[in-house]
Amino acid sequence: MTSPVVHLANSLTPNGPAVEARAVAKAYGPTPAVRDVSMTIASGEIVAVTGISGSGKSTLLHCLAGILTPDAGEVVYRGHAISALGERERSRLRRTRFGVLFQFARLVAELSAADNVALPLLLNGERRAVATRRAHDWLDRLGVGGQAPSTPGELSGGQLQRVALARALVTEPDVLFADEPTGALDSLAGEQVLRTIVGLARERDMTVVLITHDATVAAYADRDVVLHDGAVQPAAAVRP
Amino acid sequence: MSTAHVLLGLLARGSRHGYDLKREHDARLPRARPLAFGQVYATLGRLVRDGLIEEAGQGKEGGPERTTFALTDQGRTELDAWLSRAEPPSPYVQSTLFAKVVVALLVADDVTTARRYLSTQRTAHLARMRDLTKTKTDAGVSVADVVAADFSLAHLDADLRWMQTTLERVGRLRAEVRR
Repeated sequence: MTSPVVHLANSLTPNGPAVEARAVAKAYGPTPAVRDVSMTIASGEIVAVTGISGSGKSTLLHCLAGILTPDAGEVVYRGHAISALGERERSRLRRTRFGVLFQFARLVAELSAADNVALPLLLNGERRAVATRRAHDWLDRLGVGGQAPSTPGELSGGQLQRVALARALVTEPDVLFADEPTGALDSLAGEQVLRTIVGLARERDMTVVLITHDATVAAYADRDVVLHDGAVQPAAAVRP
Repeated sequence: MSTAHVLLGLLARGSRHGYDLKREHDARLPRARPLAFGQVYATLGRLVRDGLIEEAGQGKEGGPERTTFALTDQGRTELDAWLSRAEPPSPYVQSTLFAKVVVALLVADDVTTARRYLSTQRTAHLARMRDLTKTKTDAGVSVADVVAADFSLAHLDADLRWMQTTLERVGRLRAEVRR
């Protein structure tokens, strides 16, 4: 019997938009966080979602990444409505197609950097030797190979975020969701992380959704979408 | 900007002729207004007159004969004094952007209209910031270009932050105007 996940993999449309939000709404109790948001993110595009604190950016990211289920509307990944999937399939989709990077690295404190990076592969059923080798490859690539045996408590903020980025990328995701990825870093460390993300996105044709309140971070994206009170602000036409 | 002090700074790294100074000025300050040759030679003339630099010889190096200039001890002292002096923060805001945003907030019928005015400016600012970010992340870019792009980015970002804060104050500003 074919598993639902295999069904999903076969039905994905590689040439259309990578991610779409169609009239997505999400509230926390009586408080609306995201209101009727529609947006289309092309394959390989880097899009910044910006707005002040409380504008609904992070909630939208969680909906797009399948971490939260919208109250109304739907999120579509390569032609397939995520909200129509069961929790098991959605979780599998997140682990295999999506990478998520948060403001704070959220690494497992007891594990080494290498084991933290290998973890998503092990959860996907990869053999330990292969997972470990790939984890070391990604740590080397992101310039923190020397920190592979260190635990998170022994790493600087910039190193932690690079390890977290390696963990987000080790499964070679189609879409990277990054929520204020440089918010906890000084400007030079932040710049290195952003340059790495943009470089890898261009090299691998990876789609990136970048949540930020910071215009200097948004400037790394191809375009930005502004949220205000949970809704998308119309794009302004610029006259010279 | 004090062109004289920038030239003293360039000469502190070794003697040079006017053509080299112009080239190095434009390379080290890539987003500043390029220096005109006339301005270079006029400034060098004043610096010689004031004893801050001196003629250090003539050279050809395959081109026309050029006078080389060197920093004097007095010039070095003046350069150090200039670097040590704090620039007085400007007492007045003289920016078309500042005036335009304040007027936009005054004439907008409501916050949404004001936000629309500012949104246009924000889009223009962010487009420029994207260009600068691309410049500074291009392979092989010089440190001088990165430093200049950072300077412009920081100022554009400050404009955007100020516009956002101002927008949040718009209700209070309009109440003040109505009084």
